[in-house]
Amino acid sequence: MMKVSSRQVDGVTIVDLSGRITLGEGSVVLRDTIRELVAKGRKEILLNLGDVTYIDSSGIGELVSAFTTIRNQGGELKLLNLTKKVHDLLQITKLYTVFDISDDEAAAVRSFKKQA
Amino acid sequence: MPASDSACTKQMIDNRLSYTLGSSVEGINLAEDIARRAAAEAGFQEEEIHVISMAVREAAINAAQHGNRCDPNKKVQLLVEKEPDRLQITIRDEGKGFDPAQVQDPLAPGNLLRQSGRGIFLIRSYMDEVRFRRLESGMEAVLVKHLRGAPAEHKENPKL
Repeated sequence: MMKVSSRQVDGVTIVDLSGRITLGEGSVVLRDTIRELVAKGRKEILLNLGDVTYIDSSGIGELVSAFTTIRNQGGELKLLNLTKKVHDLLQITKLYTVFDISDDEAAAVRSFKKQA
Repeated sequence: MPASDSACTKQMIDNRLSYTLGSSVEGINLAEDIARRAAAEAGFQEEEIHVISMAVREAAINAAQHGNRCDPNKKVQLLVEKEPDRLQITIRDEGKGFDPAQVQDPLAPGNLLRQSGRGIFLIRSYMDEVRFRRLESGMEAVLVKHLRGAPAEHKENPKL
């Protein structure tokens, strides 16, 4: 099961995810979370994947979908704290080049402000 | 928490363990669990166990979703064969089958941001041998991972 909570830091919404982003479970939770944030007008989103243990192709699809949804709304979605497994997965699928990825939360939050 | 085995039947056929799973998320999770356990028992290291479980999960997703179209009357069969130097897991569905050559390359620039289409690519990336075959009714995927420094090698001449 995936757990999700969100917090606001300097206008950026940090979404802390933990568990699995997989078909039928975490993927749905992630989709609903992004949908709710967009509905509230939150478009600067940092997904903290530090406690995500497993992502399958459905989860990757949901990350990509979240990325394009936010971008189409004129916002930005970035990733924070990848585990080695998730890092390897994004590298193998070449999505490492698509996402803006950081290990430093404060720097990641500042990177949104710079472009705002 | 490991999924319950009550959602599948298990039997030994010709020295292979055969599991019959439902075309559901639960069945897919079970396939992943079975693969993880088999890989651990076969002696793979943690990283390899993870990628084997991922490859089998992707093959089970293909079988249940794309092959069987989540039809509760159609089953996914998983065959596990452990050899001293390799683990072979075969996944069969009861769908119409597909031509693997027609599957688009998810790494092509125009496909990078597509939401789906990465399953077969991941299976091929993570396993040493992958074969797809159309059956009379359904599709079969054979996934093989070699055990490096396997016990089958001469113990007095370890190659690792």
